[in-house]
Amino acid sequence: MNDAQLIDRLHFAFTITYHYIFPQLTMGLAPLMVTLETLYLRTGNPDYEAGVRFWTRIFGINFVTGVVTGIPMEFQFGTNWSRFSLATGGVIAQPLAMEGVFSFFLESAFLGLFLFGHKRLGRWGHWAAGVMVFIGSWLSGFFIVMADAWMQHPVAYRRLADGSFEVTSLLGVITNPWGLIQYSHVMSGAVITGAFAMAATGAYYLLSGRAPGFGRMFLRIGVIAGAIASLAQIFPTGDMHGKYMAQHQPATTAAMEALFHTEIGAPLVILGQPDIEHERIDNPIIVNRLLSFLIYGTPDARVRGLTDFPKQNWPDNIPLVYFAYHIMAGLGTLFAAIMCVAAFLLWRGALFRAKWMLWIVLLAFPFPFIANIAGWITAEVGRQPWLVYNLLRTADGFSPTVSAGNALFTLLGFMGMYAMLSIFYLFLVQRELAHGPAPASQQTPETPATISGAY
Amino acid sequence: MATVWYALVALMLATYVILDGFDLGAGALHLIAARSDEERRAVLHAIGPVWDGNEVWLLAAGGTLFYAFPLLYASSFSGFYLPLNMVLWLLIFRAIGIEFRQHISESVWRDFFDGVFSIASILLIILFGAAFGNVIRGVPLAADHTFFVPLWTNFLPGANPGALDWYTLLAAILAVCALSMHGALYLIMKTEGALNARLRRIVRPLFAAVALLTLAALPASVAVRPSLLDNYRAGPTGWIIPVAVIAGLAGAFVFTRNGNERNAFLSSCLYLLAMLSGAAFALYPVLLPASGDPANNVTIANAAAGPSSLSIGLIWWSIGMAIAVAYFVIVYSMFRGKVSVASTTHM
Repeated sequence: MNDAQLIDRLHFAFTITYHYIFPQLTMGLAPLMVTLETLYLRTGNPDYEAGVRFWTRIFGINFVTGVVTGIPMEFQFGTNWSRFSLATGGVIAQPLAMEGVFSFFLESAFLGLFLFGHKRLGRWGHWAAGVMVFIGSWLSGFFIVMADAWMQHPVAYRRLADGSFEVTSLLGVITNPWGLIQYSHVMSGAVITGAFAMAATGAYYLLSGRAPGFGRMFLRIGVIAGAIASLAQIFPTGDMHGKYMAQHQPATTAAMEALFHTEIGAPLVILGQPDIEHERIDNPIIVNRLLSFLIYGTPDARVRGLTDFPKQNWPDNIPLVYFAYHIMAGLGTLFAAIMCVAAFLLWRGALFRAKWMLWIVLLAFPFPFIANIAGWITAEVGRQPWLVYNLLRTADGFSPTVSAGNALFTLLGFMGMYAMLSIFYLFLVQRELAHGPAPASQQTPETPATISGAY
Repeated sequence: MATVWYALVALMLATYVILDGFDLGAGALHLIAARSDEERRAVLHAIGPVWDGNEVWLLAAGGTLFYAFPLLYASSFSGFYLPLNMVLWLLIFRAIGIEFRQHISESVWRDFFDGVFSIASILLIILFGAAFGNVIRGVPLAADHTFFVPLWTNFLPGANPGALDWYTLLAAILAVCALSMHGALYLIMKTEGALNARLRRIVRPLFAAVALLTLAALPASVAVRPSLLDNYRAGPTGWIIPVAVIAGLAGAFVFTRNGNERNAFLSSCLYLLAMLSGAAFALYPVLLPASGDPANNVTIANAAAGPSSLSIGLIWWSIGMAIAVAYFVIVYSMFRGKVSVASTTHM
């Protein structure tokens, strides 16, 4: 592998992985905050408003961090992947430009109103600004997923004489079936992150005895949303995604499962390490015939193994695809289990006293971030060795004029920038958590100024 | 069709320069013009609700450029690799300077974030100005329309130039002065009291500097790219542009003297628009000129996306832009008028 290509790939992998920590929380929290504010409007209970104000401050920090780490992504196609941009710009730049035109303008216009507009907008106006921010962030996710989906599963295109791609139907690109399935899976994943963050914050306030009223409020909403989203993550969205992938990217499915040889009644590997050199799984824990059942609905179906495909079309890092997929699926199953038990306890009225469960909910909050990112690694490394599946190879996409040294320079620069950004982010979010939500009775117009007085 | 997109992308970039230009300029003057915490908060209040939206014009223009002229996007973004990545880092610094400041009340941290915001703003203007200079001077495009410029070579605009040379540095200094003037006029319009008076004192020498540098930029540009005047020689319509440049600058000066703050700012907008239109008019139909063989130029003809892509885009682009302009009208009218230094929040 050419050094420049390797560094360009690491460059994209690092910046996109770091970036996706933040938008998943933004997209996950947005509907939960709208829920809190809707409850405030319906019940008139001022504690809900105080809860919204608290989350608004954390949301603001998270949103900004997501924006500043997102801008480099839009430019990186051109800086590090110029041949890819040149070939596919006529297609994938459409959803990317649409993201700018339709969602960035919307978000930037309404975020300021949402963050600082409590007084000026009134109750309904502020609620509407929150709904607009929610729509903007989910629309942004939509266009990005559709751009990626076209790379995974190219549709509605025509090739021009110079080999570049042109759109034949924009509707075709933004209703790509792969993309619609992927979008539902990605968004319910984001809601899991938001729900765990909110529930864990609630558990923290209950366990520390600091603000038990708010603790119960955050837990209730987080657990209900988390239970719904973590079940939807497995069925129907995950199930559909897995089946569609097996149909259209069979080599990727084989890599995800580390299925080297075609089998009738293929087993599902729960744990184990793939050994590519010997084409086997070490230390396997397997469930016989389950993979065939999951993909085709019958335990005796034939599933194609990697050796069925030419080696130059295998994903170039099979262990990474395998582990990322197993981390995602394993954690996803755990999330559903945790949230279903928590929801059961909530229904029985025992959750707020069940300390052991509160500890589990609290400590679980980092894992949805890991699972969401592992899911993206499965999709993107699984698509290799292609940039555009079966049409454009990764080796033919990077910038020919950018040397490995220059690419490494900016990769290290981004690492430094993001290390600094992480410190600020954790420091500022920790301050907001320590400050906590202020009960409505204590909230004077001056209080927010001391910690978040809008400049 | 491709010419329509050339005009639309140029219009989006001009909108970016005019809108984000005033908050970049405000950032450049932030440490000098605003002394106390109250004054600095006033500056940040004046740009706070709008700066992010202004910056979106850069992203939207970048996305539209990528889609309408993939070759230009691919060639220039990889060719200007180092300065462009520095722009990205500075955008990060600047955003945290503005947005994280409000979450911390200790004065040491506020001074730190003020410094980050102001220095990042100045450096961004320098890089944008130099980028503008690079596009006029031309870059060493090869036959396949690729190039790579280092940050600098020997500071001469020859066959093998760097991103920075005497000409692009001249453009950078002009940009710093012009956007500082633009930012000062915006802040004058939005503030009152001692801050307003200090800004009026600061903007006076800036008028002179912008006038002199604009005058110097014309022969310098013709020296590095003699063909720049071809489109002007072809017909008289182009000569409206230098008239608009002079009118904008003179208007900014006269209206400031008469205390008509809004018209002074609008004149400054006219000046920037005329300068950018002048460059776009001179370059047409070239998008990125080659410093060597003109056959290697990136032009509208060789850079445009396929015809069906371009016509599909025009539909959603028009709808999206109409909505975006509506947002801007709403936001700017909600925040119209002077900001009060004493108030603790926007609202």
